[in-house]
Amino acid sequence: MTTAPGLPRRRPFLKVDMRQFLLALGLLLWLALPARAQDAYTAALPGLAGSFGDIATSVEQLGALGDPRALPLLRALQEGKLQKTADGRLLLPGPVDAATGQPTDAAGAETVRLNNRVRQALRGALGRLQLVSPDAAERATAADAIFRSRSAEDVPLLQAAIAREADAGVKARMELALAAAQLVAPDESAKRDAIARLGAAGTVEARALLIEARAANPSMVTAIDVSIATIDRALSIRRAAETLFQGLSLGSVLLLAALGLAVTFGVMGVINMAHGEFVMLGAYATFVVQEACRGIPWLAPWSLPLSVPAAFLVAAAAGAVLERGLIRHLYGRPLETLLMTFGVGMILQQAVRTIFGAQNREVTSPAWMQGTLMLPGGIAVTQNRLWIIVFGIAVLLLVIAAIRFTRFGLEMRAVVQNRRIAATMGIRTGRVDALTFAFGSGIAGMAGVALSQIDNVSPNLGTGYIIDSFMVVVFGGVGSLAGTLVGALTLGVVNKVLEPYAGAVLAKVFVLVAIMLFIQRRPRGLFALKGRAAES
Amino acid sequence: MTSTSPILTRRAALGGLGAALAMPALRPAFGQGTPIKVGVLHSLSGTMAISETALRDTVLMMVDWVNAKGGVMGRKVEAVVVDPASNWPLFAEKARELLQVHKVDVTFGCWTSVSRKSVLPVFEELNGMLFYPVQYEGEEESKNIFYTGAAPNQQAIPAVEYLMSKDGGEAKRIALLGTDYVYPRTTNRILRGFLKSKGIGDADIMEEYTPFGHSDWQGIVARVKRFAGEGKKTAIVSTINGDANVPFYRELGNQGIKAEDIPCVAFSVGEEELAGIDTKPLVGHLAAWNYFMSVPGTPNTEFKQLWQSYIKNPKRVTNDPMEATYTGFRMWTQAVERAKSTKVDDVRAAMIGQKLMAPCGYEEEMLPNHHLSKPVLIGEVQEDGQFNIVWKTPNAVKAENWSPFIPENANRRR
Repeated sequence: MTTAPGLPRRRPFLKVDMRQFLLALGLLLWLALPARAQDAYTAALPGLAGSFGDIATSVEQLGALGDPRALPLLRALQEGKLQKTADGRLLLPGPVDAATGQPTDAAGAETVRLNNRVRQALRGALGRLQLVSPDAAERATAADAIFRSRSAEDVPLLQAAIAREADAGVKARMELALAAAQLVAPDESAKRDAIARLGAAGTVEARALLIEARAANPSMVTAIDVSIATIDRALSIRRAAETLFQGLSLGSVLLLAALGLAVTFGVMGVINMAHGEFVMLGAYATFVVQEACRGIPWLAPWSLPLSVPAAFLVAAAAGAVLERGLIRHLYGRPLETLLMTFGVGMILQQAVRTIFGAQNREVTSPAWMQGTLMLPGGIAVTQNRLWIIVFGIAVLLLVIAAIRFTRFGLEMRAVVQNRRIAATMGIRTGRVDALTFAFGSGIAGMAGVALSQIDNVSPNLGTGYIIDSFMVVVFGGVGSLAGTLVGALTLGVVNKVLEPYAGAVLAKVFVLVAIMLFIQRRPRGLFALKGRAAES
Repeated sequence: MTSTSPILTRRAALGGLGAALAMPALRPAFGQGTPIKVGVLHSLSGTMAISETALRDTVLMMVDWVNAKGGVMGRKVEAVVVDPASNWPLFAEKARELLQVHKVDVTFGCWTSVSRKSVLPVFEELNGMLFYPVQYEGEEESKNIFYTGAAPNQQAIPAVEYLMSKDGGEAKRIALLGTDYVYPRTTNRILRGFLKSKGIGDADIMEEYTPFGHSDWQGIVARVKRFAGEGKKTAIVSTINGDANVPFYRELGNQGIKAEDIPCVAFSVGEEELAGIDTKPLVGHLAAWNYFMSVPGTPNTEFKQLWQSYIKNPKRVTNDPMEATYTGFRMWTQAVERAKSTKVDDVRAAMIGQKLMAPCGYEEEMLPNHHLSKPVLIGEVQEDGQFNIVWKTPNAVKAENWSPFIPENANRRR
């Protein structure tokens, strides 16, 4: 009897006890899991307020943690938005306390600074955290980051990511990162596989990894050497293509600088030493247009295309004034023209220096002109150079069209060939002279727009190009546009091919000597004009 | 002509009268004695005008500053400005003009080493006194020159040591890029000696020179990239001078060379040079100087305020050679006050041992070798074109103008 009432009492009790126990256990687990993570997370935090070495260590710890709060924290650090207070608290933008997640006040807080060691650690840590990002571009950057900061611990992480990945491009980059990580992991067969895959990748970065691995893995030297040789073959082809591109790009710059001169010197025979200053005026016109567009947001990205006509007009106007005011009084006296235009060049330089100051002016490149473009085969070409080549060709076509197909071009050719007969036909030769000189100067101004993207916008901009321009025109053949094109591209490519062997200084000297010898043999240049026009 | 000249003289007389009337109100009264003349020998036109015009303004600012305080020894200080136009032989002519025609008591001037070498014989012959405010390659010592910029051991060597340290990225391969003239060639010779002493052989050193104003850096930057692909951490040490820096940094940015992969430390790029570049792709690249505009502390705040109010532009930056000019000028006034004379021999004796709490935040001292003790600071380029100081020496470093890393200097006195 005593047990009978006891049993029913005890059973519910047991049940309750079990449920409570499970609940408590679950509660404990539920509390404990984040608590443990929180411990590691908060434990890593104080380091971020310490020295650069401490920050780097903390960043590495946070990257390995997989805690969801680490990502915004590290991003804030990378973007320079993480702040620390005098008492060592860290503040996320808001301001929110990084440890508690509660809003606080940011009085007296200062930004946590980075150095290159921290940036390197950040790149690796963020790479690990962003590998699961929903954004494909972010995953690709993450894969590249892991490739650079490779460690054996990344292998499982990457394998999981590759299994999930749908985007083929991102997957290829992840596999490369995996190969880099496997190269430092202990698994021998995976390592051999990685060596072959890195060899097939054919990049300078992969080559660097293999050379590093060569010393650490004496048993695999032959496999590594085979891979390095594969890369070297790929690189030598690519290098040749890149040198050619660099030569063409230098050639296009020379072409742009020389085209205006091909008109004023080549067609009119005026030795204009102020030609470089017209280029400089064009570059400053670009700067002025950019500053004017700065206040109008929708116009700002178009400031560079807009400055092309502006630079043309400014330089053409300056050229017209110079021709009407001074040069026409000195036709047929080349020495006097040379000295006079040299003086005008110095006056223009000092005038610009007085107006705009001696400091360089900043002309920003639009986004579509920045960075590197990867062509098939891994050939890297810089965007701004590519656009300048395109621009150079466009300007050349414009000049040819203007001379061939317009009334102005026809009159210009007529005056050059026979001034008197042209005059008897009713052409106002003086006006044609002025227009031709203004046209040539305007083209120099357009060259200034292109040069503002690769050189200093300073009063001395033009002086660096005047000698080169004359060299191109004389080498190509005075009066021949085709000669100017071929001359500019030849000089550019020869210069770039010689540069790795002789150095930048000697390469220029060699080119100069070669041109001197060439002019001795063929005084009229590559494309000599024939017939009566050439004799005058 | 005859009809205009009376007007001109009348106008001039009026102007003179106005100035005379305004003078006692604006300026403190100066005691007896002729004014002390300060020569300014900086290029105001030509290639170097970009850097040197700011130094002319700094000297003129200091002249105003000292006159506002009542002059030196109660005498007014007067500036004589000449323009050597970035033309090295003209520097010597203008130096002679300052000393013989204007009879200046002291000269502040020169930027490039070649201009200093050009005026040195003139100052020695006529026993003048020149304050040279720019970091240079050393290997020189003249009793007529005070060098207020850094010697190689106060800039180049600590910077390379930093690159090889853990914080700097433990560089094992160094690319030495420079403009083709005496300063980069000598500095790189010293650095080569130093790197060898640290166990970095010739195979791990790349050395390239370019002409002044070089603008096509594609090939060289691509070669540096390749040089870095040999499996060792690589860094660039740049002694590129003047205008060539902008296209160089643009090319680094465009070819995607990040500071965390291949850091580049420059010895001739300061706040003024960065003013012409979009600095976003360059964040993290380094510069080594003895002063940055971002140095905290009162001496620097005062210096910046003095400059920005003198130039009437709150956005104008200060830089290292300007600070060296400022420090040199103040030490010179102290030395004149101490010597109670403006005679070159007296001031020279009084200069040695002069101390000043400089804008760089350290006390600098003029040493018997005519160089200053200076701290070394390493700064990283920020997005706003300023430098964030990531490393500095605990104390001011004494200048060694004769480098121990050049074998010929072994027999020289230290």
